[in-house]
Amino acid sequence: MSDFQAAIQTEGLTKRFGGIIAVDGIDLAIREGEVFALLGPNGAGKTTFISMLCTLVKPSSGTARVAGHDIVSQSLAVRKNIGIVFQEPSVDDLLSGRENLQLHSMLYGVPRREIHGRIDAMLAIVGLSDRADGLVRTYSGGMRRRLEIARGLIHEPRILFLDEPTLGLDPASRRAVWGYLRDLRKRAGTTIILTTHYMEEADSLSERVAIIDHGRIRELGTPDELKRKVGGDVVLLKGDVGPEAFAGLEFVKEAVREDGSLRLTVADASRHLKALIDRCPVIEEVQVRRVTLEDVFLKFTGRQIRDEDGGADTIFQRIAVSRNTR
Amino acid sequence: MSSMLADLNAVYALFLREIKVYFREKERMIAIMVSPLLFLFVVGRGLAGHSPVPGYNYQQFIFPGILCMVILFTSITYGLYIIWDKRLDFLKEVLVAPISRSTLFLGKALGGMVGGTMEAFILLILGAAIILPLGPLKIAGALLLAALFSFLLVNIGLGIGARMNSMEGFGLVMSFLTWPMFFFGGALFDLTQAGKWLRLAAYLDPFTYCVDLMRWMLLGWSVLPAGLDLAAVLFFCAATAVWGIISFGGLQQTR
Repeated sequence: MSDFQAAIQTEGLTKRFGGIIAVDGIDLAIREGEVFALLGPNGAGKTTFISMLCTLVKPSSGTARVAGHDIVSQSLAVRKNIGIVFQEPSVDDLLSGRENLQLHSMLYGVPRREIHGRIDAMLAIVGLSDRADGLVRTYSGGMRRRLEIARGLIHEPRILFLDEPTLGLDPASRRAVWGYLRDLRKRAGTTIILTTHYMEEADSLSERVAIIDHGRIRELGTPDELKRKVGGDVVLLKGDVGPEAFAGLEFVKEAVREDGSLRLTVADASRHLKALIDRCPVIEEVQVRRVTLEDVFLKFTGRQIRDEDGGADTIFQRIAVSRNTR
Repeated sequence: MSSMLADLNAVYALFLREIKVYFREKERMIAIMVSPLLFLFVVGRGLAGHSPVPGYNYQQFIFPGILCMVILFTSITYGLYIIWDKRLDFLKEVLVAPISRSTLFLGKALGGMVGGTMEAFILLILGAAIILPLGPLKIAGALLLAALFSFLLVNIGLGIGARMNSMEGFGLVMSFLTWPMFFFGGALFDLTQAGKWLRLAAYLDPFTYCVDLMRWMLLGWSVLPAGLDLAAVLFFCAATAVWGIISFGGLQQTR
């Protein structure tokens, strides 16, 4: 096994579908043992990017090495080192949950003696122990996702890709999954790359975040670095007031209207709050909060990520459709 | 552990999956028996053509061919099912697994082989009871052949399925490949009495050798020497497997 610094290294990685550029020349290095989040709206190219790294989709140009192996010429070696949790459900409908895990363990060469114990442990973590022997066909959407996660983790890969891992999960299961991922990283040093819609997920799990939009990386850094780039705290004002009221105040970095209120980015808000309020003729409500990744996202893509949410619904509609047509 | 051993493990895992799924889909098992029974009783009894084999009537004469027909339809349909897998994301899990495409192909092909052999077994028992009395030795021999034919025909189905992207093609394959293979294969008639062109088409059809060999096994009568039939079947098994593995090499997720 070669000794390598970067778990993943891409150079000008590009994918075109006809005239559309889904991934546009991404250069990225992810360290071994790092937890890395790709944040972006639907259609930003996250899934395509990950699919190339997992050798499911061939790049149009550029190269990438995963665990030291070229994704095109050494795809089998790449696949031996990775695990993936797909965004779309890919668990086998016609098998039970336990059988899905068993098949997967055998395909990934988990030692025969360990398979049984690992399956039980994983089922417990994702809370499926009591339904393990039911056919996946009878599972709810959330249960499928949890099984999918269990499957991606059971062979303890060196590099783990998670494409929207907690989409459609209830908050309790989501936290359970996060807990397990943190533990896995600490215990086994697994490199984790996840794409997500959920700011909280990116913020609390990952060491570095890349904001990706239109197939390019817009911004890259630790959550704190990114938040600092927004340049202050957020003040939301509700009332009869427009952005022009704050002209000339150097600590107001930005003022934009948003759903009937005014949103200001203010350096050191607690100190300047009085000055702000003094400028408002009529005011109904004031909210001051720390910058979140949500604000970072808004700043660098000009969009709010929660506008895109609703993917949860479509995923389950898809399951329903696929079941009917089968 | 050698990579070869790991691959056999994976083949076994895939094979196991196919068997489990097969035995859970009982409707399909029953549905596929309808057309052979129609052929046996409507064509076999109703049409009651001439049997070239002394001591056997026409229904008994076409029985080995109809047995092969069951294998043909089960196997091609099974192979084409991979189009579904591709569209429904289930394949993605297997495509990203650390196994070679030939492992994947072999696992699928062997799994499909069980389906075809099982269907043949059901029809054999049915046939032995009411159409053609058969001893256990002949039944065992016929099953061995059924497994071989099934492998050959599943390979064809998988190879085509891997190259197709939509289920609309399913009907096309059935009309332009499966049915012609069946009709040209001589399941319903005596090849020696057929015209020159029909004979030429028959000898190009891998299914012909299956039917002829099965007839040799069950009736002790064949157009070609049984050894030649067997050689042809083995050749087609190898050729279709190679072709199928190549087809699987280009397999990608479709949306």
